[in-house]
Amino acid sequence: LKVFALIASIMMGALLIYSTADMPSWGDPDSPASRHVSPRYIEKSMEETEVPNLVTSVLADYRGYDTLGETTVIFSAGMAVILLLRRRRRDDS
Amino acid sequence: MIVEYRSVIVATICRVLAPFLQIYSLYVIMHGHSSPGGGFQGGVIMGASFILLVIALGREEVLQRMSERANDIFASLGVFIYAAIGLTCLLLGANYLDYSILPFPGASPEKARYLGMLGIEIGVGIAVMAIMVSIFLNLLGSENPSEEADGIHRQ
Repeated sequence: LKVFALIASIMMGALLIYSTADMPSWGDPDSPASRHVSPRYIEKSMEETEVPNLVTSVLADYRGYDTLGETTVIFSAGMAVILLLRRRRRDDS
Repeated sequence: MIVEYRSVIVATICRVLAPFLQIYSLYVIMHGHSSPGGGFQGGVIMGASFILLVIALGREEVLQRMSERANDIFASLGVFIYAAIGLTCLLLGANYLDYSILPFPGASPEKARYLGMLGIEIGVGIAVMAIMVSIFLNLLGSENPSEEADGIHRQ
């Protein structure tokens, strides 16, 4: 079974390495990722939000829902730590 | 066993340093619109100032000024501010988290988006600060060994 797992992971790795050949080169301005949304943000962010920092306007406005999720993740982590580690004072035990 | 060691130099320097850290964290939050920074970074710096005080002065002395209960309320309040601003936009007839509809007096829709972003950054900052301090305090446990043993026994 170990041999089978090894063969499977090698095949998967080979497939992934093979598929990287089709990826656009690093920082390619003609890649699909930088042809549609990015120019729109770069050109319109200042006049639409009046925020000079592009990162902030993307983080908090265009991708605001994502940032809400990030904040909720941090909140959940804190609540999990409180639930697991906080010493509670119980009088009934 | 970690024994308590009080150094006047360390305690004084941390006491002096903490307000500057807190002012700087407020600057990072408020100035995130035009320079690197924002709610997460500013919140972490603010949390670090409290953690520094806990390390230097001891847990109890800091908890007298900012109780764990208040800290929990801050953690929930930060996420609540964020979600409530989004929900206000929804109630006013726009999409969720579309700040351009927020009724700031004398503000264009663009300025309203600017101010709405500032609001959620403040919410993120409060939440991150409280969660950092809360995780640290809970990992730290109690300073008093007898109280610690008592707590384990009772659980």
